[in-house]
Amino acid sequence: MPRRFHDVMHFGIFTVGDIAPDPATGRAPTEHERINRMIETALKAEEVGLDVFAMGEHHNPPFVTSSPTTVLGYIVARTSKILLSTSTTLITTNDPVKIAEDYATLQHLADGRVDLMMGRGNTGPVYPWFGKDIRDGISLAVENYALLRRLWREDVVDWQGRFRTPLQSFTSTPRPLDGVPPFVWHGSIRSPEIAEQAAYYGDGFFHNNIFWPKEHTRRMIDLYRTRFEFYGHGPADQAIVGLGGQVYMRRRSQDAIAEFRPFFDNSPVYGHGPSLEETMEQTPLAVGSPQEIIDRTLQFREHFGDYQRQLFNVDGMGLPHQAVLEQIDFLGEEVVPVLRKEFGALRPSHIPDPPTHESLKAVQER
Amino acid sequence: MRRTIAVVSAGLGSPSSSRLLADRLSAAADREVRELGDEVEVRVIEVRDHAHDLVDNLVSGYPAADLKGALETVIGADGLIAVTPTFTASYSGLFKTFFDVLDLLDGDALADKPVLIGATGGTARHSLVLENTIRPLFTYLRGVVVPTSVFAAPEDWGGAAVPDLLAHRVDRAAAQLAGEIRRRDAPVARDPFEPTPFADLLGAG
Repeated sequence: MPRRFHDVMHFGIFTVGDIAPDPATGRAPTEHERINRMIETALKAEEVGLDVFAMGEHHNPPFVTSSPTTVLGYIVARTSKILLSTSTTLITTNDPVKIAEDYATLQHLADGRVDLMMGRGNTGPVYPWFGKDIRDGISLAVENYALLRRLWREDVVDWQGRFRTPLQSFTSTPRPLDGVPPFVWHGSIRSPEIAEQAAYYGDGFFHNNIFWPKEHTRRMIDLYRTRFEFYGHGPADQAIVGLGGQVYMRRRSQDAIAEFRPFFDNSPVYGHGPSLEETMEQTPLAVGSPQEIIDRTLQFREHFGDYQRQLFNVDGMGLPHQAVLEQIDFLGEEVVPVLRKEFGALRPSHIPDPPTHESLKAVQER
Repeated sequence: MRRTIAVVSAGLGSPSSSRLLADRLSAAADREVRELGDEVEVRVIEVRDHAHDLVDNLVSGYPAADLKGALETVIGADGLIAVTPTFTASYSGLFKTFFDVLDLLDGDALADKPVLIGATGGTARHSLVLENTIRPLFTYLRGVVVPTSVFAAPEDWGGAAVPDLLAHRVDRAAAQLAGEIRRRDAPVARDPFEPTPFADLLGAG
């Protein structure tokens, strides 16, 4: 298959699928509305030429994302180009066998337009609902992922571990498309063990790059890059890095700030702490004109090195659906075309392209 | 050897009696450490200067730059002098928040660190606040809290007290702190991003 994308980097959006009231009206979308709007943002992302749509997974209110492969399977059928991913897939509380089955199936339906990001989930009460304990979070992520890898790579698996019933002569079906397992990113905000895990396997590492100062994010990414090289996967600058970011745009910077502020001030994650201005100064949150968002995003390369995937969060905290769709328009029409050009021009030729099913298949066939 | 003593003072007024006590404790500790043969630098942190940043840290999860500098001063210090006013029979909320976010930043921040605790209050009847609430806080954080704690009540500032019992306790506490500092190497900062070999993580499963 020819390169479908401007393959120096992939750009897209990621959502956590939260339901929140619009502070102006006090009204929150219904679950039905929120699910359908999430689908519309994915379709819009494809329409404006973005490369990736990723959705989170939560099993508690106020989220509507308990069944990601159902939603992604629907989006697959309504799209033809965009790569679908997760942000994140809970490697702790899900059975790795079910992850192997669900995402291999999705991979077949999507003709390979699928990858995954593993995450632990940081909501303590969720773990016991699935028979787990958040204090085992790292151990669960390590053991479950080790099994998941084997299920996708070995036709018949005998396995025994601490957290799951043993497997004897088990074959996970369907087998991955073309025998190529989906590419895996490991996402973590602040657990060095997860950066280590990503490096050990030569998988991708994704930092959500929201909420925390860049100095912290840089330490996580530097650790991943250093250990990627240590484990023999290639030079540190060839490690596969993805970054998040949160943006809100209007033609005029002051309009963006004025519109975004009530959502920020009432947000369960941002509200009643550092001000919007302080947060924009201390973290990568970017609210302003498209040009300002371009400038901020180009700085990520200076902070973290050349990287492969940039996802923006544009739809949380009760932002009105129309405004969300307009954010995706800004990204597709004004921001991402410039970023592709600028990042592409700055990028040395030895930096790997973002992984796709086709690129992984080509490597496997060599 | 050059030592540093971090002084955390949680008084709100200016001048505050907590700061007055902190200054007396740090002056005595400075003298005692020098007498044992080390150089010493005292770094004072007024918790009030970081009031907003402390609350922001609880909400956002990360410290603003100024606060981070203050927390790192404590982490890197050879010894700690911590003084709080007594509010509703306990440490002040701001004082507690400072140590809450210190623990968030580095769970080993006070491990094996010599700590001298002091408190002020509106009446001497509060004096056991040091033993009942403040000492357990620092014990929990694995600090080495010296046996003598120093409470200063209004009458201690009156100047007419003879003999000067406060000065006597200050000197004894400072000598204990200096002795604990003396017997330790300088603290080595732990790097939270130090790699854990993946084989160890796999093995732990």
